[in-house]
Amino acid sequence: MRVNLTVNGEARQADDVWPGESLLYVLRERLGLPGAKNACEQGECGSCTVYLDGTPVCACLVAAGQAEHRDVRTVEGLPGPDGLDPVQQAFLSAGAVQCGFCTPGLVVAVHDLLARNPTPSDPDIREALAGNLCRCTGYENIVAAVKLAAGA
Amino acid sequence: MTSTQRQPTQSQPAQGQPTQSRVQDAAQRSVGTASPRIEAWDKVTGRAPYAVDHPVPGAAYAWVVQSTVARGVVVDVDTSRALAEDGVLGVLWHGNAQRLESVGDPELMVLQSARIAYRGQVVAVVVATSPEAARAGADLVRVREDGMTSDTVLRIDHPALYQPVQVNAGYPARSAIGDVDAGLAAAAVRVDATYRTPAEHHCAMEPHATTAFWERGCLVVFDGTQASTAVSETLAGLFELPPQSVRVINEHVGGGFGSKGGPKPNVVLAAMAARLVGRPVKLALTRQQLFAVAGYRTPTIQRVRLGAATNGRLLAIGHDAVSQTSQLSEFVEQSAVLSRHMYAAPNRLTTHRVVALDVPTPVWMRAPGECPGSFALESAIDELASAGNWDPVRLRIDNEPAVHPEEQIPFSSRHLVQCLQEGAERFGWTDASGRVVRDPRPAVRRDGEWLVGTGVAASTYPSLTWPSTALARATADQRFDVEVNAADIGTGARTVLRQIAADALDVPIAYVEITVGDSAIGPATVAGGSMGTASWGWAVTKACRLLRERIERDHGGRVPTGGVAVRADTTLEIRDRPEFSRHAYGAQFCQARVSTMTGEVRVDRLLGVFAAGRIVNPTTARSQFIGGMTMGLSGALLERSVLDSRTGDFVTGDLAAYHVAVSADVPRIEVAWLDEQDPHLNPMGVKGIGEIGIVGTAAAVANAVHHATGIRVRDLPIGLAQMIGKLH
Amino acid sequence: MKPFAYQRAEAADSAVATISRTGAAYLAGGTNIVDLMKLGVTAPDLLIDVTGLPLRDIEALPDGGMRVGALTANSDLATDPVLRTRFPAVALALLSGASAQLRNRATIGGNLLQRTRCRYFVDVTKSCNKRRPGAGCAAREGEHTDLAILGASEQCVATNPSDLAVALALVDARVELLTEGGPASMSVHEFFRLPGDRPERDTNLPPGALITAVVLPATPIARMSTYRKVRDRSSFAFAAGSVAAALDVRDGVVQDVRLAYGAVAHRPWRAYAAERSLRGAPATVDNFERAADEELAAAKPLRDNGYKVPLIRNLTVGVLRGMTEASW
Repeated sequence: MRVNLTVNGEARQADDVWPGESLLYVLRERLGLPGAKNACEQGECGSCTVYLDGTPVCACLVAAGQAEHRDVRTVEGLPGPDGLDPVQQAFLSAGAVQCGFCTPGLVVAVHDLLARNPTPSDPDIREALAGNLCRCTGYENIVAAVKLAAGA
Repeated sequence: MTSTQRQPTQSQPAQGQPTQSRVQDAAQRSVGTASPRIEAWDKVTGRAPYAVDHPVPGAAYAWVVQSTVARGVVVDVDTSRALAEDGVLGVLWHGNAQRLESVGDPELMVLQSARIAYRGQVVAVVVATSPEAARAGADLVRVREDGMTSDTVLRIDHPALYQPVQVNAGYPARSAIGDVDAGLAAAAVRVDATYRTPAEHHCAMEPHATTAFWERGCLVVFDGTQASTAVSETLAGLFELPPQSVRVINEHVGGGFGSKGGPKPNVVLAAMAARLVGRPVKLALTRQQLFAVAGYRTPTIQRVRLGAATNGRLLAIGHDAVSQTSQLSEFVEQSAVLSRHMYAAPNRLTTHRVVALDVPTPVWMRAPGECPGSFALESAIDELASAGNWDPVRLRIDNEPAVHPEEQIPFSSRHLVQCLQEGAERFGWTDASGRVVRDPRPAVRRDGEWLVGTGVAASTYPSLTWPSTALARATADQRFDVEVNAADIGTGARTVLRQIAADALDVPIAYVEITVGDSAIGPATVAGGSMGTASWGWAVTKACRLLRERIERDHGGRVPTGGVAVRADTTLEIRDRPEFSRHAYGAQFCQARVSTMTGEVRVDRLLGVFAAGRIVNPTTARSQFIGGMTMGLSGALLERSVLDSRTGDFVTGDLAAYHVAVSADVPRIEVAWLDEQDPHLNPMGVKGIGEIGIVGTAAAVANAVHHATGIRVRDLPIGLAQMIGKLH
Repeated sequence: MKPFAYQRAEAADSAVATISRTGAAYLAGGTNIVDLMKLGVTAPDLLIDVTGLPLRDIEALPDGGMRVGALTANSDLATDPVLRTRFPAVALALLSGASAQLRNRATIGGNLLQRTRCRYFVDVTKSCNKRRPGAGCAAREGEHTDLAILGASEQCVATNPSDLAVALALVDARVELLTEGGPASMSVHEFFRLPGDRPERDTNLPPGALITAVVLPATPIARMSTYRKVRDRSSFAFAAGSVAAALDVRDGVVQDVRLAYGAVAHRPWRAYAAERSLRGAPATVDNFERAADEELAAAKPLRDNGYKVPLIRNLTVGVLRGMTEASW
């Protein structure tokens, strides 16, 4: 089947999509957007977090057909025309990146968290990001990045 | 041969300045500064390509089929239905797979025979035009297996346990000094306890994945590996290719923790599949598949016996470790090795025994040996402190050895005592004068429904170095390209090697470009064993110093047209190093709480103080220490791979069931390090920091839980099921 | 994953007609079924996506109850201010479930239909009577630390994984349906079931029926309700055990009480015996303990899940005691 969707502000089309494919596969393998990562494909790690109609979801659990006529925003679509999004800049400044595989999903999750709660407390942050596993950093610098972006 | 994967580093040499008349010296040292991570920009924007992120036109996708018996043979593989499936290009199994030349690792002899040595072994691979078609095809492959009785459970009384000649990392399996039984008999205070650690899985965020293609007889792979030199050499051997015909690129690797420390079946299968279908193949193992295919930390059973005189001096240390290996090859976790040097005692015995089961072969996992071993030893020291009514910090300090207590060789540097003292004061265990202010009594501190306690444990990890090569090239007075086949698995290797290069060249860091992650650069060692910075950095330092010398000596301090290049190899220097006991040390302090209502265990606070040689980059180092401690916390409270003895598989085989710490589990973690100068290590004076953070954390947590509740947990992880019903 | 066809439902009644006729499956948030399809646990020939249907309204009913459209996202309901006032236990249960990303996607109706996380159910190479009736239950002698201590059968020891369902059982919620015969409704107590000798049936939902809404009846005592979930991981984990409770104590005497347990049975477990024991009794720890013991007398733990008995007992006592103290 054909799936029509808006990705990062552009109308995109994917052809020959099999209904069993996930939005994550469509983004990665058909639309050339490998930013969202596949690390568990069952919603347990958050590495594939993207915005679907403005709400962060695990793209691995969204059936391709469910993305029809929907608006998708991935980590590749966050930077503004004049450079990095403040969340991305905060990840750089706080040293919140290690292996980087969880980073794209986390950046989207943090972007959403700060849009809903501009001044989250430490427990707010840690609970809100519980769906994004990171195996390298111990989360410390990620939490620092959230606070940095919140203050920006 | 391929679109180059080498991306320019972010800081370009300054543009538009007048031409320098000669190479300028650096105004300041780069090592020791918080130089920003080079590739972070690529990672936060989603542009950093991992193994299956590279755009490869015409790529097909592979999906593996795994055995469902733990021991047996593949009787027949019916591929007809799979081949009839839309999009399926081919199916590989042992009946049609190409023959591989053995390179000594039986786990890599994939699809070579009908034998099944463990459950989850790859028995077929389906290649198709899309990942979902490959998955659907894999569901249609009919594998008829003849299963035999299997033996999959490690037991302390397993009749097939034996003492190997060597354990992991080449240590002897047994060491004995004096008479442990006599020492114990003479002791006033004794501990004799058995500790168990479960099988654990690395769960690096990037699953093992490979993109492979063949081009004019050459094999090119993008592989998520910690060791692209080793992978390229292995592939050359398996496929009988000249070494220069194989190129392995691992520009970005999504974590490894040991599971990607050597080639894994995915890279071999991807190469075979690419040859079968005559086009590039991407093979990404699913999270579930990894639990059998990508290695795990063996479960251990460890008995520790300690005996001390009335003054707290140890008279005997005994540490007997039992672990498992597979029927395919011998892997022996070196769990008791740390007990050979942590504390002084006249009578000592360490032993290792192992049993070959019908299970996948265990592999290195962050601090192999030291991680499970420290849980046993450092818990036992705490038990001894309780039994003797000694302060556990003081007890450790009182048993500090002057030289390596078994080998009688000097320590290159050792600051465990200082780490303990510094940590105790920072944590509030002692006051500013060093007096202990912690109340030693267990189970007396209440905070609502919670019981609160504190614990301490020591950490250590060997400071290893392995030969590597590096290339340094000057193309202009302000432009130096340094290449070393390091793997940056998230450690910050790329960033710290650039700092090291800048200092060795004595130029501003902005003049230096660094390239890592490509076997074509030349041989270099694995990103493992906490030896990357020391090993790669030594080669980089040598190449850079020689290059600068040559520029000064032969070219009057100016980079000539056409440039200058130097390649360095550190094999001889490392071989000729004098004998020292080289280890990093540290101390970890934990405050934990246990709910009297629910048994839930939570950690409030962790502090680690480390003495690990020179710290090259405080930002990346701090993150490494905290990351290690977090994985230690995760192992203390959550991680366990449960094997079903009837089927021989890990039934907790996904991230829904194998729980790793989430952000909400992790408390305030503080890290500090001593300014340790050690001239006996390597030109940079670094010890390696990737693993020591995980060593001792579980014991510090268990000791804190004991202090909180009076309950001694000797079986990880520490969960509410072990607490509930014992608390009031 | 077995190939299947995908359709978007244009209207609820035609979707119900198609599903009733073909045995196809509904697709809403997909947070459970998509995973199960990848694992091969379920393999419908046709998926009918109902997310376009207008079933997302959260209505505060004038009588003090609420009516929640079945396609309401868990995250939307959890933050609804009326829900937080009238039914705090429901809000707490929702917020304690899964992760932010999954709560954004998962729906209230889908939540009630999520399948057990028993490790033998989700692995098609293992024996499971729920997945394949008559195949046997590998969990009984296998890894079952998370599984049932109450109401299990020889055939099945699965637990219901839903937090929401426990809170709904506390407030006697009703499930509104559209069946081939027209609209229908049933209480959550009728909706969920014990496995007995038909473990393949998770619920008593009529074949083909579509959940259209969940009704929370006006329940004054629910304003003083809570939900406590226990697990080793601090967040993003299913419960080892959980308790939803509502308590009305006056002059030291229990006027009314409701208790429901999670992660102990194939259904949310309403603790009627404990409630009976407590109504009219002094609100004392002794009485709380006795009530819990009466409820748990029927517990039949397996080899490795016996910890749930003292856990639920402690939770019952601790939560009721906390509520009693708070009511002073």
